Amino acid sequence: MDLIAGGVRHALGLLVGGDPEVWAILWLSLQVSGTATLAALALGVPLGVALALARFPGRTILVSAVNTGMGLPPVVVGLFVSLLLWRSGPLGGLEILYTPLAIVLAQAVIASPIVTGITLAAVQSVPEAFRLQLLGLGASRRQMVWVVLREARLPMLAAVMAGFGGVISEIGASMMVGGNIKGQTRTLTTAMVLETGRGNFEVAIALSLLLLVLVFAVNWALTTIQQRRSG
Amino acid sequence: MHRVLVPLLLLAVALPAGRAAAAGSTVVILSTTTSTQDSGLLDVLVPMFEKKTGYTVKTIAVGTGQALALAARGEADVTLAHAPAQEKRYVADGKLLNRRLVMSNDFVLAGPGDDPAGIRGERSAVAAFRKIAAAGARFVSRGDRSGTHGRELALWREAGITPSGPWYIESGQGMGATLGIADDRHAYTLSDRATLLAFGRRVRLPILVEGDRALLNIYSVMEVNPANGPRVNAAGGKAFADFMVSPETQAVIGRFGADRYGQPLFVPIAGKKDEDL
Repeated sequence: MDLIAGGVRHALGLLVGGDPEVWAILWLSLQVSGTATLAALALGVPLGVALALARFPGRTILVSAVNTGMGLPPVVVGLFVSLLLWRSGPLGGLEILYTPLAIVLAQAVIASPIVTGITLAAVQSVPEAFRLQLLGLGASRRQMVWVVLREARLPMLAAVMAGFGGVISEIGASMMVGGNIKGQTRTLTTAMVLETGRGNFEVAIALSLLLLVLVFAVNWALTTIQQRRSG
Repeated sequence: MHRVLVPLLLLAVALPAGRAAAAGSTVVILSTTTSTQDSGLLDVLVPMFEKKTGYTVKTIAVGTGQALALAARGEADVTLAHAPAQEKRYVADGKLLNRRLVMSNDFVLAGPGDDPAGIRGERSAVAAFRKIAAAGARFVSRGDRSGTHGRELALWREAGITPSGPWYIESGQGMGATLGIADDRHAYTLSDRATLLAFGRRVRLPILVEGDRALLNIYSVMEVNPANGPRVNAAGGKAFADFMVSPETQAVIGRFGADRYGQPLFVPIAGKKDEDL
């Protein structure tokens, strides 16, 4: 028990004391996972809408693939992104392995199916009769999609939360493509693994509390928007 | 939606892309074993090197097997490892160049205080391994092709034993996690002294066998052959290797850890040969 209490005290000390290294790690985690979520939205929302509204042969297979991708193991993504970005790999010339950009890329791959899948479900939850009615009233297809997205905005915010929550807490991909380099690619989760390996359990506990506070703060902000809009 | 998107966009813009696209020739990738990072030694040495030379070091701390494999593929520029037999094979194949000794410390055989196999005070590590196997006492192996795992397997080979059975547990994890499992399962394990010292507060595993020459743990630095792959930074790799064996660095290594553990964690040995030790 004294270890956990020590960890909590340590966390407060790190936050209040404004330890620059911890703040830098926190900020990097937020930037990397925020950017990855944004990229996943840019890719996943149009794809989710298209899959929800279009009817074509093989659609069921594609939807199943997206649903499988929602549970894509980060360590698998980490391995394949590493192989691509290796000096000897097809994208080696970019020289972005072991940089924050590489983590953004891997996390975007992890988050995209999550955003796509939830968007797909959100758009499909808007009754088809409503869509037909819009078209019947003379709306263009683009206008119809826009109105449907507005109707589905509450579950869409859930997509943002699920995507962000998934990537900020993942470890396998960040470790493999980022390399946990001090001052460059060390994120909250990889720092936690390192400190546990070093036997610095108080620091590891402190970092895990910071991660929880960060995820809570982001979700709280998004939920506030979600609930206000729905009222 | 844009109340959500705007802050996220701002985040994306703030992400310093410049840091990501550092020029290749100023970046040195060091592949190394977890023990050099977990001990905190590299946190001291890497900034010294960067300040002195202007290079930026990317330290990839993995098991020794993987560290050497990455270097042999040209995915790193220099490697710091502690598996002499494996290292010499890579050097013989021409994949790694100019193997130079940097520092040493030692492995110790730790285990439960009541010592069910009765190895306490045994001078020979091989004899102690035989006693553990004969007693069927639990032993936790790293099982991860790390330098420590390699040494453990060499000791079993020398003892003429193929370890298997319910008493032989493979953790597949780093030294810290393995010590935790050994403590929990009331088992023996082979550890480097630095990690055991770092975990002294958390595990109750006294050192039972130490001081045998077979337990010497030697770290060497090797440069990566530029022929191994595209974009190997040979000059940067050599600069880091030279730095590790320079007198100034060796003095820092010889003092490292004394303030925290009451004894230095490594002995500087640059300039010596394997036979001298």
